[in-house]
Amino acid sequence: MNPRPWNLWRAQVEAILRLEIRKTLLARRGLWIYLLAFAPAVLLWIHAGLNLRHGRVCDLGKDSLIFAAMFQFFYLRLAIFFGCVGVFMNLFRGEMLEKSLHYYLLAPVRREVLLVGKYLSGVIATSAIFCSGTALALAALFVHVPRAAAEHYLFAGGGLGHVLGYLGTAALACVGYGGVFLVMSFLFRNPIIPAALVLVWESMNPFLPSLLKKISVIFYLQSLCPVPAPIHGDWSFLAVVTEPAPAYLAVPGLLLVTFAGLLLAARKVRRLEINYGTE
Amino acid sequence: MSEREIVFENVSKFYGEVLGVNRVNLTIPPGITGLVGPNGSGKTTLMNLMTGLLRPSRGRISVLGVAPDQPELLFRFLGYCTQFDSFPRGMTGYQFVYSYLRLHGKPDKESAEMAWHALERVKLTDAAHRKIAAYSKGMRQRIKLAQALSPCPLVLVLDEPLNGLDPLVRAETIALFRALAEEGQHVIISSHILHEVDAISDQVILLSSGYVVAEGQIHGVRTEVEDHPMQILIRCSKPAHLASRIFDLDTVVEARVHNDGKGLLVRTREPERFYLMLNRLVVDGIDLESVAPADDDVHSVYEYLIGTDGGSI
Repeated sequence: MNPRPWNLWRAQVEAILRLEIRKTLLARRGLWIYLLAFAPAVLLWIHAGLNLRHGRVCDLGKDSLIFAAMFQFFYLRLAIFFGCVGVFMNLFRGEMLEKSLHYYLLAPVRREVLLVGKYLSGVIATSAIFCSGTALALAALFVHVPRAAAEHYLFAGGGLGHVLGYLGTAALACVGYGGVFLVMSFLFRNPIIPAALVLVWESMNPFLPSLLKKISVIFYLQSLCPVPAPIHGDWSFLAVVTEPAPAYLAVPGLLLVTFAGLLLAARKVRRLEINYGTE
Repeated sequence: MSEREIVFENVSKFYGEVLGVNRVNLTIPPGITGLVGPNGSGKTTLMNLMTGLLRPSRGRISVLGVAPDQPELLFRFLGYCTQFDSFPRGMTGYQFVYSYLRLHGKPDKESAEMAWHALERVKLTDAAHRKIAAYSKGMRQRIKLAQALSPCPLVLVLDEPLNGLDPLVRAETIALFRALAEEGQHVIISSHILHEVDAISDQVILLSSGYVVAEGQIHGVRTEVEDHPMQILIRCSKPAHLASRIFDLDTVVEARVHNDGKGLLVRTREPERFYLMLNRLVVDGIDLESVAPADDDVHSVYEYLIGTDGGSI
């Protein structure tokens, strides 16, 4: 056994990242993920452009509430959710279908190190995509309000904290959903089934008992959202977080759920066989 | 478990209810070992089990003392050229080998040097920066070989490594295998081209329908095939005269003059005894040029054990 395995593992994870990040970011089959990530930003920029063109002055407070709703209902629950399905379900399963996974399995890499490398590559790629999408969408909010109002909101009204909160929540969503869908890729061949199961579970979260609530990703993400979504009426249950976790518990809670998923995935990857014929 | 040998202990592999290999007991010493058998006989399954790409349903495997389910240790000294003809997307030949070495944890410069060395060994330096997707079948075979050779492994497992290679590269590759075996390395080759296996293998493993039907040095395997008496070709003058004398021996099953009329083909169940008696039979007037087994090769053994005749040892 290597007396300093951490150095070796770090080098191997770096080698995996070099191969995987490029592959994930440049994959043609992943174009729809970019569409999901940047569609809100495109819409908001069109909206901002039209306002600027017609000289309309916008209410930043109102717009920030609209953004909060969009972030929670579209970005977290759909865009990042399905983006992570597309990326993390394919980290191992996709290579199994392309019959190229043996390339990694023929190298002297602990299977767990391979898992960590691939998972990190997915987190980095999805975080880069969805944090960029979030940042661009937020930028569109500020571009069509007077500069003084934007500066006041950012530096005196807690806006900068909101921006960092949204970016952090988007990144943590990739961490959490990434872990969940990575383990699902070892349990299911068809990505539709786990996606549907997790979507139902996450939607049921408001109705679950207190303990079960915590075995989900959306519970922690909603607790971390800086601005509550202004939803009323029949769908308000999706926006209301009963017993929200404070940030100092929500972040470790989410990481714990993710870690549990990765532990299960590590057990599966250790027993993984190359049998392309059955895929 | 031996640290010099590859050992299979009662290994079975089932794909659901389909048999891959069954009750395999093998000890593979250093040198070139040929895996021979028809399609579906279990050659690739055996190689995948040896390299941990598959896990045995039953039994134990040890490769120089290391279990194949420890890839972090196994692939420090083992290179596997698989039969899978698919590659990570968008890679050039150089990137394919270089990245593989980086996965070993080797630094950039060392990986680059070792990658170029491996590419030189398989004569692929000119095409190193071309995408693998644009390679011919033979080039893809060579790049896989370069990958397996690149970390200078002690054990090379090669699944049909000569497929698609042109005659010149084929001869050079065989010479490379020989050189590696002479250095004391294990080279395990599966091939369906029997004369090649015969020419390069120190020992053979014959597989049929998931079972090992014979293993060992080809001469040893042949002498154990008792259903088929050993065929010996005696090159001599006056073969008909010698035949008349040989018929008297009780060890001889058949003797006939060779088609070219310059020798005698003898079939015997006791070759060692026959050789002793032959010395006494050769009388004045018969010039003996050579005496050699005529069916002491992989092709004959394959035909006797796996061919239409079947048979067992």
